[in-house]
Amino acid sequence: MLECVGAVAIAALLAGCGSPGAPVSDSPPAQRADAQLPPARGDAIVFGTIGDASTLIPMLGSDSASHEYAGNIFDGLVEYDKTLSTLEPRLAESWDVEDGGQKITFHLRRDVKWTDGQPFTARDVEFGFHLIRDPATLTSYSEDYKQVQSFELLDDHNFRVVYEKPFAPALASWGSMVVLPRHLLEGKNINESDFGRHPVGLGPHKFEGWERNRLFTLRSNPEYYRGRPWIERVVYRVIPDQATQFLELKSGGLDMMGLTPLQFSRQTSSPAFAQSFRKYRYVSNAYTYMGYNLADERFADVRVRRAFSHAVNKQEIVDAVLFGLGTPAEGPYRPGTRWVNDKLPSYDYDPAKARELLAEAGWKDSDGDGIVDRNGMPFSFKILTNQGNDQRLKTATMIQKRLRDIGVDAQVRVLEWSAFLNNFVDTRRFEVIVLGWSLSLDPDQYDIWHSSKTGYKQFNFIGYKNAQVDELLERGRRTFDEAERKRIYDLIQEILYEEQPYTFLYVPVATPILAARFRGIEEAPAGISWNFPFWYVPKGEQKYVITR
Amino acid sequence: MLSYLAKRLAGFIPMLLGISFVSFMVIALAPGNPVDLMTDLNPKASPEARVKLEQYYGLDKPLYVQYGLWLGRIARGDLGVSFSRDRRPVLDKVLEALPITLMLNVIELILIVAMAIPIGIYSAARAYSLLDRIVTVFVFIGFAMPGFWVALLGMIAFGEMLNWLPISGLTSLDYESFSTLGKIKDIASHLILPIGIGALTGLAGMSRFVRSSMLEVLRQDYVQTARAKGLSERVVLMRHALRNALLPVVTLLGLSLPGLIGGAVIGETIFAIPGMGRLFYTSVLGRDYPVVMGIMMSTAVLTLVGSLLADLLYVAIDPRMRKS
Repeated sequence: MLECVGAVAIAALLAGCGSPGAPVSDSPPAQRADAQLPPARGDAIVFGTIGDASTLIPMLGSDSASHEYAGNIFDGLVEYDKTLSTLEPRLAESWDVEDGGQKITFHLRRDVKWTDGQPFTARDVEFGFHLIRDPATLTSYSEDYKQVQSFELLDDHNFRVVYEKPFAPALASWGSMVVLPRHLLEGKNINESDFGRHPVGLGPHKFEGWERNRLFTLRSNPEYYRGRPWIERVVYRVIPDQATQFLELKSGGLDMMGLTPLQFSRQTSSPAFAQSFRKYRYVSNAYTYMGYNLADERFADVRVRRAFSHAVNKQEIVDAVLFGLGTPAEGPYRPGTRWVNDKLPSYDYDPAKARELLAEAGWKDSDGDGIVDRNGMPFSFKILTNQGNDQRLKTATMIQKRLRDIGVDAQVRVLEWSAFLNNFVDTRRFEVIVLGWSLSLDPDQYDIWHSSKTGYKQFNFIGYKNAQVDELLERGRRTFDEAERKRIYDLIQEILYEEQPYTFLYVPVATPILAARFRGIEEAPAGISWNFPFWYVPKGEQKYVITR
Repeated sequence: MLSYLAKRLAGFIPMLLGISFVSFMVIALAPGNPVDLMTDLNPKASPEARVKLEQYYGLDKPLYVQYGLWLGRIARGDLGVSFSRDRRPVLDKVLEALPITLMLNVIELILIVAMAIPIGIYSAARAYSLLDRIVTVFVFIGFAMPGFWVALLGMIAFGEMLNWLPISGLTSLDYESFSTLGKIKDIASHLILPIGIGALTGLAGMSRFVRSSMLEVLRQDYVQTARAKGLSERVVLMRHALRNALLPVVTLLGLSLPGLIGGAVIGETIFAIPGMGRLFYTSVLGRDYPVVMGIMMSTAVLTLVGSLLADLLYVAIDPRMRKS
């Protein structure tokens, strides 16, 4: 709902995502005493969004606003539960996994209707499945569906998919991407269709109106199969500036927004705020890291990478850059989820040890200029990061200082996003980068760590190659057994811990703020928006009167 | 006159060609393309998906072919379709944003001119008087303060603290339920802050321009002659001096015509106004070539038309020009 689409890692959009994670409540218990007022229909909720959506067809959308809007209108066959550990039935009532995951049979609900009254059937899913695999469809999300060998329609409410090899992320991929009304779209060119401007869905809300770059409105769907949402109208206001959003929030023009760390910690703590708003915080599913170009012989030496990981003070970065609203990262999984290998100790801030490791690798200050050198060459390089992300720039600056403490000379260079990716990351013309990933809920990270993914525009751009990790990654995505998978990913984390191809820096927390009149909010590892359709405003506190 | 007009208009064609060529190359050579922004750092986007998208947008063709295709469409009056996933015609997008920006800027310009001319005349007539100095300091403060900062202060003061005006946007949420009069009132209340602040920061330039132009004219011999023949100061200023002093102002107005559709990115961002500035900015960030080119070309055309109009207005105002 309010999360960025779970499956996509878009580093550029990191800052805007309210992402799932373990809850840490900020509201004192006294504020919740009146939470038991009975639910009532009516009222509206007004969200602020930085950018407008481009299309409401999930498989065509490539920005977070498009997926957020569409998330209200469509639903998936399955969805992660509030703990983010298991998949729950949605449009699929149940499913059977056979032959070690090679075959999955879905049994769909029979009581679901599109908002135009037509019944939802397995033929709709079949249509969506063939559409997303159609080479003519301009989607970036077809990879998961290409693993499917055959799609068998059993009857109107049952179908079976057979995979070439068992593919563990398969089940979760049957979300809302492939749920489209066949009766409205068959035979049409999806890329040019105007369905994406006023779609017919089956989710908790239905499309009402869209004034480009200003307002997007939804109404509750009275026929929603999980029960009609209490809140009658959902409104998104496009407000590109965060300071303006904040002023709108304060004066009542917005009901919910994501706060910046500064707003969260310094500007929203007055009693007046506590009266009319509730703040929430939970770990997000994104992390920021420092990545080394492993083709550079200086960084190919694991001792240098370990030295850097000890030289950087992660807690200091969290305190200064995020105002404490984050946690130091130790690996590529979100803290508090079951995939984290918590047996691994953390890389402590230890400059003495860092210097020792550097010396071991041959880097010593032999000419007394304060910079370590080897064979007459001083240890000097550039840290690159992208423009427009102030947190990354500040982080890089703090790293620069800490590296200088151990006699390493790093310069920070900030580049426009496209120039950064095209001219430096894709061409491997970088030494060290500070960047971020936001991750899917499945632990599979084949694209980031596998040695086959080091090609042009692929995501192992640091050039990490480890035969054992390769083998484990391949095994991990073929294994359905959860305990076995946990062992595999624990082992991968151990190797990454030893090798430090990235210095994992921090995991930010999402910090949404919500008007106090909304009830039914339940904090969970998934955040607060997971049960958004069931929020409500008690009768006496409703703010907007919906007439039409 | 007609042949003059025809000559000027014919001269536009090579200029527009040159402008379009340079603009096209500059935006195409900027790092990244629209497909990158849809697929970069997205592990679910395969290399095949990239190739497919590039083919679809015609980005796999050599640059000169792309330019040729674009030129062919323009010649037929077709601005093309946006590269953004909404696949809407460029014309629709421009026509959506243009009236908003135009309305804002025209009102703002009228306000500026309406204030700047009296201020300029007064400051010139009573040059270096106390009031002239106060006005000078005041307009320069307006000029020196960053617009976005004044905007935020205005939003805090009038929107949040006093609650007199809405903070951002163009209409209220319940706009549809208002009567016609209510709708006009609603829009007007939303426009006060952005227009007021734009006018405040734009006032300095124009009023100083009128003042200096007026001062120059007042030094002329014929003004002295007018005074000598005993005309009242009012007639000297308004009839004899002002007309001549306004000539350079007309040039300035003519040249500000493209600015009318340009829109201010920062102002529009802060006030959440979906005008041309925002459209251009987001299109550049998204490397939405057709939209960028569409806006560039309309701005180029308007700049040329603006300078032509200024020349024609000269003729209307200045009898000496009519003879030559």
